[in-house]
Formats: sequence, C-alpha cells, structure tokens
Amino acid sequence: MRAATLLEKRLQIDRRGFLRVSAVAAGGLLVSLYLDLPAFAQQGNQAPPQKDYPPDAFVHIRPDGKILITVNRLEFGQGVQTSLPMILADELDADWSQVIAELAPAADVYKDPVFGIQMVGGSGSIAHSFQQYRELGAKTRGMLIAAAADRWHVSPDQCRTENSVVYGPGNRSARYVELADDAARKPVPGKARLKNPSEFRIIGKKVRRLDSRPKCDGSQKFGLDLDVPGMKIAVVSHPPVFGGKVKSFADKDARAIAGVREVFEIPLIQGSGVAVVADRFWTAKQARDRLRIDWDLSGIENADSTQLWFKYKELAHTPGNVAVSLGDSKAMDTITAGNRIIAEYEFPYLAHTPMEPLNATVQFNGDRAEAWVPSQFQTMDQMAISEVLGLKPEQVTFHTEFAGGGFGRRATIDAHVPREAALIAKRLSGTPVKLIWTREDDVRGGYYRPMHAHRVEIGIGPDGMPAAWRHVVVGQSLVAGTPFAAMLIKNGVDQTAVEGTADSSYNIPNFHVSAHHPTVNVPVLWWRSVGHTHNAFVMETLIDELATRAKIDPIVYRRRLLKAEARKLRAALDLMDEKSAGWRGSLPKGHALGISIHECFGTAVACAVNVSIENKRPKIHHATVAVNCGLAVNPLTVESQFQAGLGFGLTQLMAKGAITFKDGRVEQRNWDGYTPPYISDAPVTVDVHIVPSTDPPTGCGEPPVPVISPAVVNALAKLTGKRYRSLPLANLAG
Amino acid sequence: MATYQLNVNGQRKQVDVDPSTPLLWVLREELKMTGTKYGCGISACGACTVHLDGVATRSCVVPVSFINERSIVTIEGIGADPVGEAVQHAWVDKDVVQCGYCQSGQIMSAVALLKATPKPTETNIEESMGGNLCRCATYVRIREAIKSASQQLK
Repeated sequence: MRAATLLEKRLQIDRRGFLRVSAVAAGGLLVSLYLDLPAFAQQGNQAPPQKDYPPDAFVHIRPDGKILITVNRLEFGQGVQTSLPMILADELDADWSQVIAELAPAADVYKDPVFGIQMVGGSGSIAHSFQQYRELGAKTRGMLIAAAADRWHVSPDQCRTENSVVYGPGNRSARYVELADDAARKPVPGKARLKNPSEFRIIGKKVRRLDSRPKCDGSQKFGLDLDVPGMKIAVVSHPPVFGGKVKSFADKDARAIAGVREVFEIPLIQGSGVAVVADRFWTAKQARDRLRIDWDLSGIENADSTQLWFKYKELAHTPGNVAVSLGDSKAMDTITAGNRIIAEYEFPYLAHTPMEPLNATVQFNGDRAEAWVPSQFQTMDQMAISEVLGLKPEQVTFHTEFAGGGFGRRATIDAHVPREAALIAKRLSGTPVKLIWTREDDVRGGYYRPMHAHRVEIGIGPDGMPAAWRHVVVGQSLVAGTPFAAMLIKNGVDQTAVEGTADSSYNIPNFHVSAHHPTVNVPVLWWRSVGHTHNAFVMETLIDELATRAKIDPIVYRRRLLKAEARKLRAALDLMDEKSAGWRGSLPKGHALGISIHECFGTAVACAVNVSIENKRPKIHHATVAVNCGLAVNPLTVESQFQAGLGFGLTQLMAKGAITFKDGRVEQRNWDGYTPPYISDAPVTVDVHIVPSTDPPTGCGEPPVPVISPAVVNALAKLTGKRYRSLPLANLAG
Repeated sequence: MATYQLNVNGQRKQVDVDPSTPLLWVLREELKMTGTKYGCGISACGACTVHLDGVATRSCVVPVSFINERSIVTIEGIGADPVGEAVQHAWVDKDVVQCGYCQSGQIMSAVALLKATPKPTETNIEESMGGNLCRCATYVRIREAIKSASQQLK
C-alpha cells in the first residue's frame, strides 16, 4: 500500500516550523507559519520545489481593517470557525467586530500540532490548537507594537493595545490597519508574553457564531453547493455486497437520456462500480437507475446480522486479548452466584448519515489538480487524490469546504469518496466533476460504527460495591491494517473498542477487560465519540443497576466508587447534583430520574434526565448537564454542543436506530428505515453548567454523546423494572 | 424537455428541463439557488422545504411539472417577509445553527408554523417541525428561537 507508507512517513514529519511575516501585494500584514520541508520530500530532489502553493497564512490584517484569521480545521457544526479566531483575536487584542474567518486549504502548516495530520477528530481542535493560536495572536500583536514604538520613538514597554489600536505615551494612538505595512517589515518575535486568564477579553465569553447569518439565509456554500464553470455531476452504482465486482453492464437505456456524458466502470477500494457522468444530478441519477449491471459476487463473505450476533455472543464467552488486568483474576470465584450479575449487551452497526450527503469535486489538468472537499481528513484526502492522478500531494490544490455535519464520516483513512471523484475526474481530464453520493449510497455504503457484543460478569462485595469485574468486548477493529494501527492497537486490542471501559474512572479492585476483533466484510469507521458510544452505555447502566441493588442513591453510589484521581468527573458530578437538585425530588407521577456520568477526550460530563413513556417511547422532558472541559473558550458553543450532542447520542436508542445485514445486503436504504432523532425524540429542554476552571481546554464535540442513552434507560428501568441491554431500543410495553 | 415559467421569490424564471425533475434540483442546478438543500430525496428530512403558495412543501418530491402558477418562496426570499425576517433574526440571536445544513428547511417550516399559529404550544412546534431532521440535533435551540420569534411578532 503506497498510501499507507506515505502516510506513515507523513505521521513522522519533523515538525520544525517558524513564523514568517510578509507584506502582501494588496497591502496589510500577513503572518504565516513556515515549515521546513520534511526530509522525505527532499529525497532525490536537488532543490526544494517552487513554493507557490500551499498558502500558509494564519492572520491577515487587511487594508480595509478586517482581520482575517485562517482556521486550520473543518467547520462542520462544532464551532471552531468561531472559537479558534476568538483565541487568536484575544491575544492580538483585536476588535472582534472586525474579525472574519476562513477555512484553511490542505497544507503542512495547518496540520494538527499533536496528531501530525490535518484533521478534525478526537475533540482535538481547541485542545491542540489553543496554545498555537494564542502564540500566533501574541506574536502578531508584538509586531504591531514594535511598529508603533518605532514610529513614536518610544519603547514597546510604553505601549499597550486594545480593540485593534496601539496606545502610546502622550495620548498617541494608531489603529492596527495603519501599522500593518510597517509591522510587516518587523521580525517575528521569538517569544511573546501570553495573557493571564484574568486578562482575557474574548476567551471565556459567550460569543455568537461567525457563520450564523449565512447559514440562516441560504448563502452559506457547502461542498455540495459548489458550482465550478463547466462542471459535470457524477454518481456511482456500488455493488450490492461490499467487494462485489462488475461482471458486465448494459448502459444503452442510461445513455439514451439527454445530458448523459459518460458511463464507465471504476475500481473501488474493494471491487468495482459503474460511474455515470451527466450535466445535472437528476439526469445522472435517472441514468444510474436505468443501468443493468451483472455483478460478480463470488467468493465474498455475506454479512448477516443474525449470524453475527450468534458468533459475537459465543466469542464473548471466552476471554480475548487483554486490555486491562487489575488485581486478582480469581477474585470472582470467591463470590457466590447470588452476588453476581451477568449481563450481555448488543449494539448494532450505526450509520453517521450527516445531513449533507457525501461529495467531492475534482478537476484534473494533467500536471495539476484542484479539489473541493468537505473533509475531516484533508491530509489523507489530498494524498488519495494525488495518488489516483499520479501527482504529488502539493500538486493538488485542496480546498476545505464547509460540511453539513460529519460525525466521523468525512474522516476515512482510505479516502474512498475523494478517491472515486479523482478516478472519474481523471477520465474526464480538464472537466471539473462533482461526485454526489445519494442518501441511499450513504446509508448502504458502509463505514459504520461497528456492531459490538459485551459480556460482563460482576461480583458484588458485602458493601454493595463491585469487588470483581470481568468484561469481554467483541467488535471489529477500526484501524487494523491501517497506518493508525501502530498508534491505536496495543497487545492486540484496538483501544477505540475498549475506551470508556478499560480506562474506567471507577475504582474496581479486581478489574479484567479483554477484547476480540473478528473480521467481517463490512467497512467500519469512527462514529462521534467512537468506542465510548457503547462502553459508556455498558458501564453506566451496570453501575446504575448496582446502585439500585445496593439501595444507594445513584449519585451517592457513583461518588463513592469514583477513583481519587477522577477529579474532573467528580467536580462535574457535584455540579450536576447541585443544579438538578431543584427538580429531581419533585418529578410528576409517571416520570423518572436517570443518571449517567462519563469522561472522555479529557472532558468530564454528568447528566440527569427527567423521562416518561409516551407512545411506547421514552419522552425526555428535561436534562441537566454539568461539564468539566477545563477553560471554556466559548461557553455558548459548549452549551450548544451539549444541548444538541445529547440529541445526537440518542440515535442509538431510536426504534429504527440500526443498520442490519441480510445475505450481505444492508436492509435499510434511507432515513425511512434508519431513522435518527427528530425534534420529539430529543430532550425538550437542556440546561448546561460548566465547572469553572483554568485548566487547559479540552474538547466538547464528542463528550456530549455517550452520557445520554444510559441516563435515559436508567430512568426507564425505574418506570418498567426492566434493564435494557439490547439496542436499538424496542418499543416499550404498556 | 419542456419549458416552464416559475414564480420564485416574486420573480419570473424560465427553465427548460425534464418534466419529472424535482423542484429541488431545478432551484439548485438551473437557477443556482443552493440555499434549498438535498438531504434524502424522499421527503424524510425536510432540508428541501420551500413554500408553495405559502404551504411548507418538500421540494425534493414535487416535480417541476406540478408547479404551474403556484408561487415559490425559498430561503433566499423568506427574509422579505416580516415573519421570515423575525425567524431568521431569532435563529441568529439564539445561535441555533451548528453545521447549518438543515437550517434552511427548519426556518421555512418555522415560518409556515408561525404564520398559521402565531402563538405555538410545544405540541404545535413538535407537530410542525416534526419532519425536519437536524442531525446535529439543535432542537432545543430551535424551540427557543421559534418562541422568541413568536414574541417578537406580537
């Protein structure tokens, strides 16, 4: 795999970089980050290539006074297009009303400083770029002060800044825009003093999103809205079973439709498909419907959900590769059967189905290419396109387009969607081609949250606390056979399969977690909050069951069981306890309280819900959430992420919240068969409380998701007396 | 192919398309009005909601041949309507959007709701907004913004 080795090399890039400052032709101050060329790019090359692309700016003080800040991430709802500029603008002492933001194209300088690739994931945007954006802001401010000090013949120490203005002795002042050209001739300071949190003017304030208005009047362009002159539209007919190949196809009827340009077979990651290119989407789709394709499905494993459950449950009865082994593995034997709980859980495949269907636009011009992709993984997507087209990544100008959601779906290691687009664009050399995956393509196209079985045996001590815990997780690995394996697979255990269990915040003396990773012919992928989706559900429903059995209040029980070092989670639990106290004790008849807590991606969350049963489904009247995410850069974003993220987390409780297989084929086709939460399924109101903190900020994209489902079924257990261990949640009795 | 005269946001537009083409794709590809979104193509998500003679309609399942003289209002034109303007303002004020892809449809449904029911109850909101999927699940703030717009319009 050429892509794999290339990626591995990229992951090892020596990331020496330094800031560079320049005046731009149009005027103003441009601060960029310049990276030394990585060693591998220089191999066999005498001189570094001409560097006209990619651009490398982070902040541009423009002649019109606007301050343009480049965001090194995809914006797909999580709010970084606002919060990263807030960080830079605060250290810059910029006038926030003049700040505008743009998404960075693919380039080395925009890589995540921790992950080493350009991406959004793992709730890393703020956590990893907080320091980076602060320094960029502080150093830019330093240059503006230096320019002012020179102009006034004073020392920089005598100057201060506020709202895009430098003030000096004797009532002197100059606006940043007036100083920008001079500042552009100053050296970039090696070091700049960062503010104390007490000096923050923007960070920590509730700031409304910069992208709100264009998203409310139809003017925001997403990847799917892109219109390049001369552009054609492509759709692809994929095999009915993953890995199927085209044996032959008849396209006479398809080509008979006016506006159909090309019909041809293309290779896929597995197997092959048939691409249809037309002037318009509707034409392309109609033509695809008229294709008659004879598929070769021989020698392919046909996934079947019923059979997989049988196999997974059998596997769960045997220990797998060891994820964690604490204390005495024989401790369980000393506990009588009456003091044990054996619990088996089922979690189905889940599709992400972001609102904006998957798409990528590529134009191939022989020695160069241009791509427009709503991408969570720019580095991989750019590399895949360049590989298909026989180019170097830097020969592919890669624009990051706004995305209508993603939740992990636009972060594929194999970059299969951009790869398809590039294959089609290669055939239509010179013509821009927008590949659109229809909703049906998306629902049936794989890359799901893997199905999992868990089997847990708990031995309860005389104090009602868990004394022994044996836990087996069964599910496909997300990263086996990929460049991420070295990082994420330890001792044969994909860490993403056991996260939330193996690293549990609870103090369980004899604690044994292992995992099996069967191979199944279904492509799988990270789904918002990844392994925590199922692990938190198992842990938090079992802890709740233990509390009920011990007749201890579920909040008190959790507090007692938390490890001493679970400082963030304890603070979140205490805050949730305090903020929900007002309503917890006075629930109407037919309503019940559900509690759940969980820490993931460095952020701790505690949740209390008020639930009743309406039309055989849980009705969530209210949720109180406490969040410990360190310093909250934009508390408004944190609040929004949690209010809505709870709703997203309910996907797995929906009656039709499952992707299932029969004879290798997906049984659902669209949102009629795979149905995520609508307004009546989501909590009616959610109050979010942030634990005051000056700890380094941690992310808030993934952490809202895991807590809600266990909290809801814990409440249902009180109403029905039943424990819910098999998802999706079937209709309730009564 | 056939020629159609359409009344979009008060303007006459002529398009030459296959009669089966859904209004959604006429708006997006012929008229380059991309504020109306494709989400599912089977009227399951409401991202393509427009007003057809004032009625919130899923444009992904309405063939262009059905439109005739009916007036079409899209997200690009709804701000010219006082209720539309109030709803858009409330959406920004309450910081409703996340990814934003479904919000054109959410706003079109909310405007239709408030025109028919200026003081909606939670049940009215759940019924009228019940077919608009938001995968980010911004529903809590959608409820707040509808109530806020309703207050503004008093």
